[in-house]
Amino acid sequence: MSTFDLKIRPKSGWQPLDLPEAFLYRELLGFLIWRDIKIRYRQTALGGLWAVLQPLIAMTIFTFVFHRLAGVHSDGPPYPLFAFAGLTPWTFFATAVNQSSNSLISNQQLVSKVYFPRIFIPLGAVGALLLDMLLSILLLLGLMIFYGWALTWAVLWLPLFMLAAIVSASGIGLMLSALNVNFRDVKYAVPFLIQMGLFVTPVIYPASYLSSKWRYVLALNPMAGVVEGFRHALLGSPIHWNSTAISLGIGALLFVAGLLVFRRLEARFADVI
Amino acid sequence: MEPILEVNNISKEYILGRRVRGSETFRELFQRKLAAPFRRNPVAELDIRREHFWALRDVSFSVQEGEVLGIIGRNGAGKSTLLKIISRITDPTTGSIRLRGRLASLLEVGTGFHPELTGRENIFMNGAILGMKRAEISREFDAIVDFAEIEKFLDTPVKHYSSGMYVRLAFAVAAHLHPEILVVDEVLAVGDVTFQKKCLGKMGDVSKSGRTVLFVSHNMAAVENLCQRGVVLERGKVVFDGTAKDGVKHYLSGISSAPGATGHSVDLSRAKDRRSQQAQLLKRIQFSTDGGRDLTEGLSIGSALKVRVHFELHRPTASFNVGLGFDNIFGQRIFTASSFFEPKRSHGEVVGPQVFVCDIPSLTLMPGDYSLRLWLDVNNSEADLINDAARITVLESDYYGSGKSPWNGAFVLPHNWYLEPAAKTDASEERPGVLTAKL
Repeated sequence: MSTFDLKIRPKSGWQPLDLPEAFLYRELLGFLIWRDIKIRYRQTALGGLWAVLQPLIAMTIFTFVFHRLAGVHSDGPPYPLFAFAGLTPWTFFATAVNQSSNSLISNQQLVSKVYFPRIFIPLGAVGALLLDMLLSILLLLGLMIFYGWALTWAVLWLPLFMLAAIVSASGIGLMLSALNVNFRDVKYAVPFLIQMGLFVTPVIYPASYLSSKWRYVLALNPMAGVVEGFRHALLGSPIHWNSTAISLGIGALLFVAGLLVFRRLEARFADVI
Repeated sequence: MEPILEVNNISKEYILGRRVRGSETFRELFQRKLAAPFRRNPVAELDIRREHFWALRDVSFSVQEGEVLGIIGRNGAGKSTLLKIISRITDPTTGSIRLRGRLASLLEVGTGFHPELTGRENIFMNGAILGMKRAEISREFDAIVDFAEIEKFLDTPVKHYSSGMYVRLAFAVAAHLHPEILVVDEVLAVGDVTFQKKCLGKMGDVSKSGRTVLFVSHNMAAVENLCQRGVVLERGKVVFDGTAKDGVKHYLSGISSAPGATGHSVDLSRAKDRRSQQAQLLKRIQFSTDGGRDLTEGLSIGSALKVRVHFELHRPTASFNVGLGFDNIFGQRIFTASSFFEPKRSHGEVVGPQVFVCDIPSLTLMPGDYSLRLWLDVNNSEADLINDAARITVLESDYYGSGKSPWNGAFVLPHNWYLEPAAKTDASEERPGVLTAKL
C-alpha cells in the first residue's frame, strides 16, 4: 500500500488553492493546452495563419478608420506599428477571456465525469493562446524591420508585460467561467463587454491623449498598463510608470479574486453544470 | 490492516430548485400584472418550498486492499452519485471518505475524447485526463493499440471511427490504467458482445492482480463472476452488505417482493418516485387482458394487454402524449409504448379528466417482472412522470404451442423452423470453415 492518504469531506466557503495537487497534475495542463492548439485550426485552409491574420486585418482597418479618417495619431512610431503593438496583447486578452469564460461549459463532460483540478480548464484555454501572442510578436518584429523602426533595450521589459497580460486574462477568465456555470448570461455578456473594453483601453489612441488625472482612471483597467507596456517594450514609446504600476497591480488583484471565486464555486460545478 | 477505502456516513442532498415561475410566459406575466399589478404569482408562491432530494443517506462501508466490490441497485438508487463522491467529482453533503490509495475512475467511456484528434492523440489526451503520466502512457501505448485493434486507424481523427472502434479505443486506454483503486461504472454495457467479453476478461485480470476494484453494473452475472463482495443500495441507503452472490440474490428478491403496486387498478396519488413539473396530472392506471378481463395475477406470454391511463389536463390542448416504459428487473428498458408514435390520432383539443388507452394485442415479453415507467408530456415537454408506477408479471407459458415454456432471451417472436427439401441444398453448399464472422 502506498503512503497516499486523502480525506474527502464536505467543503463550503472559501477554499485555499491546492498547489501540491496542481503540481501532481501538471502534465495535464500541458495536454489541455496542446489539445486546444491542435483543435483550434483543424480543418481550416489557412491554419495557424489565422493567428496573425486577425490582428493584421484589424491593424489595416484601424489605420484607415482611426488614423486617416478620424485623425488619431500615435505618440511617436508609425500608426500601423502603434496599432499592431496595442492589438497584440489586446487580441490575446479578448480571445483568452472569451474562450476561458466558456471553457467549463464546453467541457461539461470533463467536469461531470472525471476529477482533476478544474482550474486547469480555464487556465488551459488561456495558455493555448500564448502561441498566437508569440506569433503576433514575431510578426510585429517583421513589420518594424519593414518600417525601419529599431528595438530598444526596453524590450527586456517584455516578459513582465506578457506575464501581466496572462495574469489579467486568467483572473477574469477564472471568475467568469465559474459564474458561467450558474448563470449562462455570462456567455452573452462577455462578447459585448470585450467590445466595449476596446474603447477604454489605449489600443486605438495613445494614453498620452488623456490628462494625467484621467490616466489614473484609465489605469483601473488592467489591460491599459499591459498595452502601454507592450508599446514601451517593443516600440520604445514613452511610458507613465505610476499608472502602469497601478494597472498591473489591479490585474494581480483580479487574478487573486478570480482564484478565490473559482475555488469557492468549484464544489458545486458538477451538480449544477 | 487498515481498509484502503472507508466510507463514513455519506449523505448527498440535491436541491431541485425548479421554479414554476419560469414556466410562465412573458405574455401571461404581462396579462397577470395588468389585471392585478401587486399580486405575486400564485403558482410561484406555492412552489417557494424547494424540493429536497437525498440521493444518498448515511452510506457507510469499507473496502480492504485487493477486494473487488460490486455495487448493486436499481436506477436511481444512488450508485452513480456514490461513485461520483468517491471519485471527488462532487462533494458529499455530510460524512467523509478516507482513501489510502491512488484512485482512478471510469464513469464513462471516452471522457475527454475529441472527435478532431486522431486515435494516437486521443490515447495521450484521455490517458492524461484519467491521471496517467506521459511516460506511463508511452509505456502502455502498444498494449493499448493492440487491445483496441485499431492499429490501421491510429492517425485518423476519431470522428471517422465507427462507434465500435471508438468504444474499443476508449476502454483500452482505461483498461491500462494502474491505480491502486479502480472505480468502474456500467461501461461494459456498450460495444458489441465479443468486445464486452474481452472487457470482462480484462476486468477479471485486473481483479485477480490484487487491485482494489469498485464495480457498478446491471449485469448480475458479471457482478457475481468478478466480485467477492456485494453492496446493495436502495433509495440511497445500504440495505445489504455481504458476498456478491448473496447481494445479487437479495437484489433480485427485493425486486420481485417490493411493495410495488400490482392489481388491475393502481391509484397513482400514492406513487413514491414521482417527478411532477407542475401538478400531479397522472391519476390512475388500469390493466386488462384477453377478453377484457381485469389483470390480477399476471398474464401469459403473448396475451393481450390493455392499459388505461387516467389523467387530467388543466388547459385545453391537442398536444399531449402518454408513454409507458417496460423495464426489466435489471433496470434495462425492454420496450417503450408511447402515443407519440401513434399514426391515427383524431381528437381535437381536450381539457379535464381523460382516459388514454394503450392496446397491445400481444405482449411477447419473456416471463418475469416488469416495472412500468409512466409519463405525460404536454406541449412537447414533460409534465408528470412516475418511475415504477406499476408492475406487470408475465407468467411462464406455452407460447409456441409445443408444450414447452421459452426460457432464454428478452422476448419471443412468432417464427417457424423447417427443413429444406434435400435436392436444393447442393447448389448453395458452403465449405465449412470458410465463412467466418467478421466483427
